[in-house]
Amino acid sequence: MSLALFVEQVLNGVQFGVTLFLMAAGLTLVFGVMGLINLAHGSLYMVGAFACAAVAAWSGSFWLGLAASIAAAAAAGAVVEWVVIRRLYDRDHLDQVLATFALILIFSEAMRWLFGPFPLYLDMPGLLSGSVTLPGGIEYPLYRLTIILVGIAVAAGLHLLIARTRIGMRIRAGASDREMVAALGVDIATLYTIIFALGAALAGFAGALVGVNQSVQVGMGEPVLILAFVVIVIGGIGSLKGALVGSLLVGVTDTMGRFLLPQIFSLVMDPSQATTVGAALASMLIYIVMALILAFRPRGLFAVTS
Amino acid sequence: MERERWINIALALLLLAAPLLALAAGEAFYVTLATRVAVLALAAVGLNLALGLGGLVSFGHAAFFGIGGYAAGILAAQEMTAMPPIWIVAALVAGIMAAFIGAVSLRTSGVYFIMITLAFAQMIYYFVISWPAYGGEDGLPLAVRNQFPFVNTLKPLPFFLICYVLLLAGLLLFAWLRDGRFGAALQAARQNETRLAALGVSPFPIRLTAFVLSAMITAVAGALYADLTRFVSPSMLSWHLSGELIVIIILGGTGRLFGPLAGAALFVLMEFLLGSLTERWQFFLGLVLLGTVLFAKGGLIGLIAGKARNG
Repeated sequence: MSLALFVEQVLNGVQFGVTLFLMAAGLTLVFGVMGLINLAHGSLYMVGAFACAAVAAWSGSFWLGLAASIAAAAAAGAVVEWVVIRRLYDRDHLDQVLATFALILIFSEAMRWLFGPFPLYLDMPGLLSGSVTLPGGIEYPLYRLTIILVGIAVAAGLHLLIARTRIGMRIRAGASDREMVAALGVDIATLYTIIFALGAALAGFAGALVGVNQSVQVGMGEPVLILAFVVIVIGGIGSLKGALVGSLLVGVTDTMGRFLLPQIFSLVMDPSQATTVGAALASMLIYIVMALILAFRPRGLFAVTS
Repeated sequence: MERERWINIALALLLLAAPLLALAAGEAFYVTLATRVAVLALAAVGLNLALGLGGLVSFGHAAFFGIGGYAAGILAAQEMTAMPPIWIVAALVAGIMAAFIGAVSLRTSGVYFIMITLAFAQMIYYFVISWPAYGGEDGLPLAVRNQFPFVNTLKPLPFFLICYVLLLAGLLLFAWLRDGRFGAALQAARQNETRLAALGVSPFPIRLTAFVLSAMITAVAGALYADLTRFVSPSMLSWHLSGELIVIIILGGTGRLFGPLAGAALFVLMEFLLGSLTERWQFFLGLVLLGTVLFAKGGLIGLIAGKARNG
């Protein structure tokens, strides 16, 4: 195994982690501030990917599609919050799970209705195709590198938004005491809609970015959603920092597990068996990591105390 | 509560009468539909023990359903085709898995518990998909339906009756547990954990026991489901199925004895009726579900029988 391959796999893991972060950030914000568990977050990811693919195919411009993905997901998020989600804030988690599960069925079927049963494909923008040479002579796809950089920028931007701006202050205040903030004259209902739409926009953005590397199809959001759940459980639900650390941990662990475990097993057993056992174990690896972390820190790495 | 008992008896008789009438009318297909109701209801009875009585919202019960299914499939592939031992193996394996999963998951509560049970179920799902020995992603067909002494299980009606009797046994077990000391402690753990602890009862072992029993019942249902469809696939382990089991309980009425049966009947009927009307039935199922959650909290039995005494 060459060093270049190893570094490439680590970068792939980081890129995967960064896309997970875009999903997990919205989930953890919505849970941290509104106390809501939203299974339909994966549907917003799917909406973003479809919007991007459709607009990019119609206009011929990936960038227009990317803008459309953010706009469509944010709009869908705002509408869903306004129509359904705001009735669920006072309900228990079971009702929230169920109502958002129903939303998944509705969204998935609606997308199949609108776009037909076949997957759509997104072309990589010309500007970002090709690869770059990293220090040490390692070739790495420019598109993936861009995703990593964009993800880091979004994480930094979110941190600034929450920690430094007026709306961030209101978001934090809303998380700690809803009644008091409302009593101080903040329009809490609108604030919640904004937060939900922000999370949705990030999910849609992630969907569009990933849609280039995979096909855009109904149900694409669900595996990512479940991984995002693992991420925020590991990181501590409600913590943005936890979401970032958890995303990178899950992304790198998963990618490296799939890459390294079959090779490790091939040292002690014959290659075909090693591939089988290694692949099976690799597919379970992040859940094992999660179980281990929770066995010692039941509320995640960066538990939010409230 | 009196009215609920009559509804329960009516439901049990209705499920028994439906396939008999269907056969008399020469419509054997509806027997299979009724069997599906019975099997899904049994799976939901299992979940109802954890979710309804214990307040443990497990979003990973498909794992146990699937373990039961694969127990039936794998044993059948090894020429072990008698149903009762298969059920025992299914229940034991699921029980052991549930003991591990529960021991970790029950350290947490609320949303964490929901997500962790979901994650563990996904872990088993991905394991099964990537392990090629028993079909992997393609699933595992059963050559013939497994056998039960003195009963011809290949005919729809005898197989329905097996499922029906097991469902009744599951319901009896549920009622017996609910009305005994164990059920009282379990419900107390849901309503007020601190008070239960102050009475000198530790909630954790109670919850773990409930979780394990719940998994075992659901696993038996999974084994029956494998025999019903004569096919075991990873989709039995998928999180959609976990969601559907919760849906069934909510549709029927959470924590109510016959809620799972009412819910399963409603679910299968909706699936069948909407499915015959439109290809987009999931869209409308979603709308119905959403309406139920937002506006009809007690489920079907709640609508007819009124509010539960201690919700």
